[in-house]
Amino acid sequence: MDTMAAIKQTFFQECEEQLAELETGLLAIESEEHDPDTINAVFRAVHSIKGGAGAFGLEELVRFAHTFETTLDLVRGGQIQPDAGLLKLMLRSSDILADLVRYSRDGGEMDESRVAQIHDELTRAANLDAAPAAKPAAPAPAAFEPVGAFDAGSADDDFVPITISFDDILGDGGEASSAEQIYVVSFRPKPELYAKANDAIKLLREIRALGNADVACDISDVPLLTELDPEGAYLSWTIRLGADVTEAQVREVFEFVEFDCDVSVTAEPKVDPDFEFVPAPIDETRQAMPLPVDDGPIIPEAVLAKIAQVNADPAKAPPAAAAVQAQPAQQAQTTIRVDLDRVDRLIDLVGELVINQSMLSQRVTEAGIARLSEVAVGLDDLEQLTREIQDSVMAIRAQPVRPIFQRMSRVIREVADMVGKSVRLVTEGENCEVDKTVIERLADPLTHMIRNAVDHGLEKPEDRIKAGKPEQGVVRMTAAHRSGRVIIEVSDDGAGINRARVKEIAVKRGVIEPGVPLSDSEIDDLIFAPGFSTASTVSDVSGRGVGMDVVKRSIQALGGRISISSKPGQGTTFTLSLPLTLAVLDGMVVTVAGQTLVVPLTAIVETLQPKGPEVHGLGERAKVIAIRGSFIPLIDVGYKLGYRHDEADPLNSVAIMVESENRVQSALMVDGIIGQQQVVIKSLETNYGQVFGVAAATILGDGRVAVILDVDAIVAGNRS
Amino acid sequence: MTKTVLTVDDSRTIREMLRAALTEAGMNVLQAEDGVHGLEVLDGAMPDVIVTDINMPRMDGFGFIEAVRGSDKHRAIPILVLTTESVDDKKDRARRLGATGWIVKPFDPTKLVNAINRVAA
Repeated sequence: MDTMAAIKQTFFQECEEQLAELETGLLAIESEEHDPDTINAVFRAVHSIKGGAGAFGLEELVRFAHTFETTLDLVRGGQIQPDAGLLKLMLRSSDILADLVRYSRDGGEMDESRVAQIHDELTRAANLDAAPAAKPAAPAPAAFEPVGAFDAGSADDDFVPITISFDDILGDGGEASSAEQIYVVSFRPKPELYAKANDAIKLLREIRALGNADVACDISDVPLLTELDPEGAYLSWTIRLGADVTEAQVREVFEFVEFDCDVSVTAEPKVDPDFEFVPAPIDETRQAMPLPVDDGPIIPEAVLAKIAQVNADPAKAPPAAAAVQAQPAQQAQTTIRVDLDRVDRLIDLVGELVINQSMLSQRVTEAGIARLSEVAVGLDDLEQLTREIQDSVMAIRAQPVRPIFQRMSRVIREVADMVGKSVRLVTEGENCEVDKTVIERLADPLTHMIRNAVDHGLEKPEDRIKAGKPEQGVVRMTAAHRSGRVIIEVSDDGAGINRARVKEIAVKRGVIEPGVPLSDSEIDDLIFAPGFSTASTVSDVSGRGVGMDVVKRSIQALGGRISISSKPGQGTTFTLSLPLTLAVLDGMVVTVAGQTLVVPLTAIVETLQPKGPEVHGLGERAKVIAIRGSFIPLIDVGYKLGYRHDEADPLNSVAIMVESENRVQSALMVDGIIGQQQVVIKSLETNYGQVFGVAAATILGDGRVAVILDVDAIVAGNRS
Repeated sequence: MTKTVLTVDDSRTIREMLRAALTEAGMNVLQAEDGVHGLEVLDGAMPDVIVTDINMPRMDGFGFIEAVRGSDKHRAIPILVLTTESVDDKKDRARRLGATGWIVKPFDPTKLVNAINRVAA
């Protein structure tokens, strides 16, 4: 990738960060939880996007960002008040800005009329000249000139560099004189010029670079040394310049210092090309002083000595800089960016390390080496270290759920607009960290759940008022870590599940038989059934061919579980429970019919040895076990997976109590328990496709391959 | 002699652009994310020129210029200000606080390097 393409990529990454910042800021202002710096941060975000976009010649982006920025600047300056209407407009503008960024990056379709509409609204809000969106409202961005490293035309087709000629910059188009012009430049620096680290000699040198210059220094103002202020300015110069340049080019040399010196540039009438350059006569107080060729000082040495003395006096050091320096580096250089492939490679290697380490441990045990021997103790340390390395590496992939939560606030706005409801999103625990892949794959299911919450969960405004609720509905999203998993909840304060209606539809669609007695939670669970939808008409919003069954499957594919709880009149809550990582798993290693299997520890509630009186038959084959007053179905894993043809005797088995989705408990019968172990998950689906009851495989310490059980599937397979 | 330039800008994109342009011109580049960070970098460095943005979190360009000009050790370093708009009041304020010159964003590398050469020792 060439430099320019790499920077462009950086720019788009940064845009995403700025967009997130922008939205967070706007939402904070909306909820009145902002401090004075919030509006500055919001302004800076848009300003930064505009700045970068300008450099890449992304004109549409620049134009929109400029108008947005102008409005924000007025808000920042207190000229306009951010009322609810304006905030809504600004949130929409941030959505448009996000769209434009993505459009600039990925191409595709852009709803131009919507951009124009929001642009016009912003323009009106800021009382700007109602410039139509089609015309650039921003200063025309002068893009990079293709110089040196910025050989942009080569790699990036959509980047068209605009070449600026010198004349364009100077606004003195193309009238290059064919002959030399004589300019008389008089230049008298003020002390401020030096105080701002400008230097007369550099300016003189620059003038001389333009052509043939004769420089005379006037030292008549230099006082006696006793009266000389080391920071004063006593010298002035007169330059006769013969050069093939415009007057503007001469003046440009003094661009930075025009207020810190007296400078005049006069063009002498043009002369014949065969004009012979004669230095102007110099009066007696002026001495022609050769300009030092090297970087030597132009200030008398005595003055320099004095300056050095002042500088060397530490007591005179102003405290300002020191005080600021004492502040801790809060943000500076606390992050580095690393290619994800490298991290994944590292994770893979650490996975192998874990396997290797546990194989080694097992060999040592098998070799009968004493537990307290140095080898065994050293191995324990290694095990500890390996685990810490693994945790640290996993933490690299962990990211806060904030970005995805922020994305949902946009979904809410759009859906709320579409269905005509007023909705407020409340989020909690945005800093909760989850594996990057889990976060990425959560976007679709969460979007669907949020849409459902607004479309189906919340009542229409008039119904809410009737029910004595505030007109504005609330959708709440929370994330929290709980016992090694991430729990994400999406809840609304709507009417709750209409169970009678759900049941009616389930019967109509053939999901259940009429007249089957169902508990409330069983009815609620029906909405996860394939093809189920409670909306009587397929609305624009939720009815996109995705039902809650798809949501459920995608959560399960992540090793997660989803459950629902609902209270009539108070609302509905969906709870997602997700693994922190997809790469390793704490498992219980068990044996079944001579096979070694791994049961994910997160699913296990307890293990027990069934006793005669506890086991009861139910119907023809089914068996249940009575534990603490409830009957729990016994499932023979070996039989289910086809390892044996007859079910094993529960009394000779170990029962592993598992809790699958919706807190359904079952008891898995296995032959024996080997122990607990952290295992590295190896996907089987690439080579084998989906196998019933098997989630993945792993390599155990003794080098054997063991399958990891898909507990939910086995339990569900038993029920159906 | 190779020139060392300290660039202070909160935008990673702009920092990277400056780095590319300046390295191409054979200069050393130091980077800082805002004024506070800039002063920290200056604590252990003596760049030939400083290029700073104005609008930054924690400490903006104005505060940074003031702090540099108030430091005995660093006050003689030329400071160029990056401004997006050629808005004069910002330029003026930066100038009054001691900015040596300015560069209008989006800058082109040649002008940037010229400006640095103009003010660098």
